[in-house]
Amino acid sequence: MKRKLEVSELIFKIISYTFLTIFSLACLYPFVYAVSSSISGAHAVDYNEVILFPKDIQFDAFKSIFGNNQFWNAYTNTLFLTVYGTIWAIGVSILGGYALSKKRLLFRSGFNFFLVFTMWFSAGIVPQYLNYLKTQKVFAAVGITDVKWLIVIAMGMAAMNIILLRNAFEGVSSEIEEAAIVDGATEFQVLTKVYIPMSQSTIATVALFFGISRWNGYFWARQMIAASGSPNEQPLQVFIRLLLEDYTNLETLASWTAPYSPNSAIYALIVVAIIPILVIYPFIQKYFAKGVNMGGVKE
Amino acid sequence: MNDEYLVYNEELKCYELDPEQKVRDDVEKNRWKLNWQLIVKDWRLYLMLVPMILVFLLWRYLPMYELLGCFKITEVGKKVAEMNWCGFANFKALMFGTTTQTTAFWRAFRNTFLLSFYGLLFGFPMPIILALFFNEIKSNILRSVYQVLTYLPKFMSTVVMTTLVTMLLKQGDLVSSTGIVASALAKLGIVTQEAANAGLLNNPNFFRTIYQISGIWEGAGYDSIVYFAAIIAISPTSYEAAQIDGAGKMAQMRYVVIPSILSTVVIMLINRIGSLLSIGYEKVMLLYKANTFVTADVVSTFAYRLGLEGGSQAIASAAEMINNITGMILVIGANSIARKASDVSLY
Repeated sequence: MKRKLEVSELIFKIISYTFLTIFSLACLYPFVYAVSSSISGAHAVDYNEVILFPKDIQFDAFKSIFGNNQFWNAYTNTLFLTVYGTIWAIGVSILGGYALSKKRLLFRSGFNFFLVFTMWFSAGIVPQYLNYLKTQKVFAAVGITDVKWLIVIAMGMAAMNIILLRNAFEGVSSEIEEAAIVDGATEFQVLTKVYIPMSQSTIATVALFFGISRWNGYFWARQMIAASGSPNEQPLQVFIRLLLEDYTNLETLASWTAPYSPNSAIYALIVVAIIPILVIYPFIQKYFAKGVNMGGVKE
Repeated sequence: MNDEYLVYNEELKCYELDPEQKVRDDVEKNRWKLNWQLIVKDWRLYLMLVPMILVFLLWRYLPMYELLGCFKITEVGKKVAEMNWCGFANFKALMFGTTTQTTAFWRAFRNTFLLSFYGLLFGFPMPIILALFFNEIKSNILRSVYQVLTYLPKFMSTVVMTTLVTMLLKQGDLVSSTGIVASALAKLGIVTQEAANAGLLNNPNFFRTIYQISGIWEGAGYDSIVYFAAIIAISPTSYEAAQIDGAGKMAQMRYVVIPSILSTVVIMLINRIGSLLSIGYEKVMLLYKANTFVTADVVSTFAYRLGLEGGSQAIASAAEMINNITGMILVIGANSIARKASDVSLY
């Protein structure tokens, strides 16, 4: 059905395109600027001669990052925390979510409340900090002196993610489960052979939420590493923050001798921290959209 | 004896005890035994719950035990259980005291509320507007490009995002000039050149604006997914029906699209109101400075400085407890409103 555009519709269309163009460019620009600044010459970066494209191209900032052992160390730590943290969190959540999805579970509403209450009320920073310190002592007493295991096991669990998994498991039809039980499957086999394959996309989404929160984890990692005094365990986010604090420090700036600008060094770090996520972005984007959608509708 | 226990026996022509009730009584008496048998039979299922319960118990509920410290006199080196009770003295000192601490607490409480409230006012409508705009783009490729670009900032960590904001707005210093965005704003006349040179993040007047704009920049595109999903779920027949009734494109927007996404909007709005006081402290902590505390300090950051960087842990946790309990009341209130609202549909 062809018809003429109304004036109001035309105006709305123009506004849509204009606004979206401006907003998307505003979202993109800081990244382009960060990349350009990280590879531009010191003078160009310092005096705002870089607007969009790099000027007097140098790669020294990147070279110095890649030559920095602390950086690789921080990267390895972050990878460790992300991989093990995600595996642990998703494992615990799948088991818990599966049990909670069963109507025959006694005290089911009690267990649900136990979870949901943590979404409503949290003890706050100070009690949590004291609690982590104590746990760290307990961990040390049994021989786990690395803070990273504490971070992996104690932090980043989220009640919301368990509820998402529970809802997905509830959606699996019980006939298939019954068929599996008739075939002699045990509880664990039902979970691994029926429920997990049938809720793959939710599991992927939740794993992604966990992974991203682990990759981004900063505050507690910094507190616990400061408390235990083991700076070589710091993850990437803490490393970046400390460098930012250092590079905007007047004393550091006064004694700056590198051929590139300290600003380039920071921008280079930003680029390096974003790139891995950009690389996997196309693969994870569809899960992200799905997960949010599901979270919104189910509530 | 209760009448329900008696049944009329036709043969003997008299009332007698209901045999079924006896079974019911037995079940009631042996309830725990039966429950226990069920648990034993299904032990694998209960075993699966154990890790989750342990994690939440140890790192979510045990800290609540530390909260007892708010009602006690802080004594360094002692366990919470060993300290002496002091009732609500810490709360009184914090809320109605005459020290600068009290002023700082109420300032932080106000800032927490205001940062959230402005987020609700300016940040909340943006994703909805974006979703309506996305819906106008008929070319799938172009729309995907817009979507991918607007989701981008969400993929940065808070640290990277705040680092970027800090760099783009930074003050002029020894070796370099003002951040590129700050100098652009100064050139456009939105801020004065002096303010830009002194660093926008050093100026308490700009903190809230920076916080909100960076929040919209970071999250609006990503948050629009929910609304856009609601829009594309609208059945094409609704549009056709509206067209037959003579509705133009704008009328369709008014009478089809907006009513269809309204339930999603209401749910999201109620959630947002529920979390009015639970503001992400990480971002504030990474963006604020001593000279912007006036507008930037929130209860969590106030408690963090008081409790972890010296001061009183008891008073710090009391501060957060006031904030969190108020927050919990808001969440539960908003949830019960949500339950009512979803029963009584708006359209």
